[in-house]
Amino acid sequence: MERKFDIAIIGGGLVGLAILRRFAMAGLSCVLLEKGVDILSGASKGNSALLHTGFDAPPKSLELQCMLAGRAEYLDIRQKLNLPLLETGAVVVAWTEAELAALPAILAKAQRNGISDATLLSAIALKVREPHLSKAALGAVLVPGEHVIDPWSAPLAYATQALAHGATILRNTEVTAAKHDTKGWTLTHTGGEVSAHVVVNAAGLYGDKIEALARPSSFTIAPRKGQFVVFDKPAAKFARSIILPVPNERTKGVVLFRTIFGNLAIGPTAEETEERENPSTDTAILERLKARAIEMVPALADVDVTAIYAGLRPATEHKDYVIEAAEDLNWITVAGIRSTGLTAALGIAQHVAKLYAKNFGKLPKKLPEPTWTPVPNLAEHSIRPYMKGGEIICHCEWVTKGEIADACSGALAATDISGVKRRTRAMMGRCQGFYCRAQVEALFNEVNHGKP
Amino acid sequence: MESHDVVVIGGGPAGLATAMVLREHGISDVVVLEREPEAGGIPRHCGHQGFGFFKRWGLLNGPALAKKLRTQTGSIDVRTNTTVLEFSLHGSLRVHGASGIVEMGAKKIVLATGTRESSRAARLIGGNRIAGIINTGMLQQQVYLHHAKPFLKPVIIGSEWVSFSALMTCRHAGMKPVALVSEQEKIDAPFYFAAGARLIFGVPVLRRAEVIAIHGTAQVEAIEIEMKGQRRMIECDGVIVSGKFRSEHALYSNGFLARDGHAPVVTEAFRTSKPNIFAVGNVLGRLETAGTCMMEARKLAMIVAGELK
Repeated sequence: MERKFDIAIIGGGLVGLAILRRFAMAGLSCVLLEKGVDILSGASKGNSALLHTGFDAPPKSLELQCMLAGRAEYLDIRQKLNLPLLETGAVVVAWTEAELAALPAILAKAQRNGISDATLLSAIALKVREPHLSKAALGAVLVPGEHVIDPWSAPLAYATQALAHGATILRNTEVTAAKHDTKGWTLTHTGGEVSAHVVVNAAGLYGDKIEALARPSSFTIAPRKGQFVVFDKPAAKFARSIILPVPNERTKGVVLFRTIFGNLAIGPTAEETEERENPSTDTAILERLKARAIEMVPALADVDVTAIYAGLRPATEHKDYVIEAAEDLNWITVAGIRSTGLTAALGIAQHVAKLYAKNFGKLPKKLPEPTWTPVPNLAEHSIRPYMKGGEIICHCEWVTKGEIADACSGALAATDISGVKRRTRAMMGRCQGFYCRAQVEALFNEVNHGKP
Repeated sequence: MESHDVVVIGGGPAGLATAMVLREHGISDVVVLEREPEAGGIPRHCGHQGFGFFKRWGLLNGPALAKKLRTQTGSIDVRTNTTVLEFSLHGSLRVHGASGIVEMGAKKIVLATGTRESSRAARLIGGNRIAGIINTGMLQQQVYLHHAKPFLKPVIIGSEWVSFSALMTCRHAGMKPVALVSEQEKIDAPFYFAAGARLIFGVPVLRRAEVIAIHGTAQVEAIEIEMKGQRRMIECDGVIVSGKFRSEHALYSNGFLARDGHAPVVTEAFRTSKPNIFAVGNVLGRLETAGTCMMEARKLAMIVAGELK
């Protein structure tokens, strides 16, 4: 007899993991099913890792509401989970007279969204703040609250804390059928079946396909691809703030941003695509991105590119997030979570918990005492393990042997080399594994197969 | 703070030869810092001949040369698993070892950090982010140090000497490269290399072929190239991105030393823009044999020894 869970969540992206954490901490029995070999292997894999304020979000939208709540919770819990925060601020830079004329409206919208510390910067004030920015910059709106965070560690921490509260995470587990009757849901997956009272669809890029297992989908996922170019660490000092463009109708545009790992990156593009996984990069577009970065910050011409990647945003035909409960079906849909998802995830989880309480069952008023599960720090501006000794294996990102061993153990251990890479950043630096790949593989094999 | 007459950064042929010749000239307070578990540098995993001549050692293959260097420097303080993190502002070094991070000062510092191939990312080669895309350096480590056979039928990108070295490494491990792809008309390695690739190994050399993308789901499945305006896919199970060497410049690329491209600018006496810091070997921005680097190191060591006396 299969164990029956209160909640089954389909999709181990950052949204699914945040929801799992919320329900597990409320004392419900939860299971999460992820079709990839690892968590965070779909849309969550390639975002720009920013903690937004919501200054440019559509006013009164559910997206803005979740972003504000999510951001507040992140800032509240981050120290207990050892999650980093790089307080960069952002400047929305005008490069043309037309864009300069648009700045006051951007500022007004920010203030309407409750961001009271946003201000206008003249060309000179901008130059003082960002001395490496091209002379072509005419002025900006400064939003001090826009920050940089770690796109991997944050959701990993949500997952780890959920596990500590008794949740189950099944990787390599694709849901292929869903059956609903009076007793609840039975989900058939590649490794068997699970039963649950309520199902949450957080399947990201496959949201519409999973939705169709339960009911006709009210949305279609239209993946939007974003390509990124990452510059080597010496580039980070050329931009103090996140450099945003003045947005247009369709997209927020290409952003120049520091990463929590000490690099500077540019992206994302916004391209309609059929791809739902493993998105490809395109040399011509990468060259344009690199050229655009150099146009904005000329000193970048002298810095190497260390990485290139592409991510997919699960856009739908709806402008706002699609989050709703189907009362008669014991089903909650969470779809169309695009680039703001990292900021909003914890807020989305709060919203989903409210939908659950309203429609499907009671949640305890007072949560049981939480267990805090700090995750390893990967941020370059705070204490990293190499600073305390230990043998360095990856010489570009200064990853120690101990970190690699840790990544290969525990309930969410890496199951392959790319899992080790994401957990530790080994091989992610300027040499892309030229020096350490063979050694990392040997360590991985030693832990997993008992021999190097 | 720990302090020495000379600290050499990098325990490859150039760095070890520097230390050796310094000792010959009576400078004994020398420390070589090597971040790998073993000194010897790139030759450690180049299992073929052709490392140039030094001190009548004769013709050696890579690992033999690395071993000989280690033996000859046996009494010198060579610290492996020791990484220089950065130069401090006042010119000392922040050094990471098993016991943590320490400051290290030196009257003279010799940069011998060598060179490496540029990555797929640095070359902005598009396509999927998948397993099976490596440099010659990784290939040689896997084959010669770890006795692995990573692919059956890879494609090699590049037409420099090292590209043919990759070819030989493949053959050594029983892999059969499907093609050697070069964006250039002219092959940078001697003509007999290309002829040999074709005639002896039966590997076609495709010139003026632009790499468009690398395709695959989890592992490399094909490479897409464009020749004479025509695109075509070549089936393969790995891509070896070879050549386009660049100096290992992380320590000084933040503006600490003046540089020309990736290499530090040096005088004829190997002096960088900081008077007490010297640079030698392949960090100088071209690819020379170990023998040549060691001959250079000999000259440098004599200059440094002269200044210390």
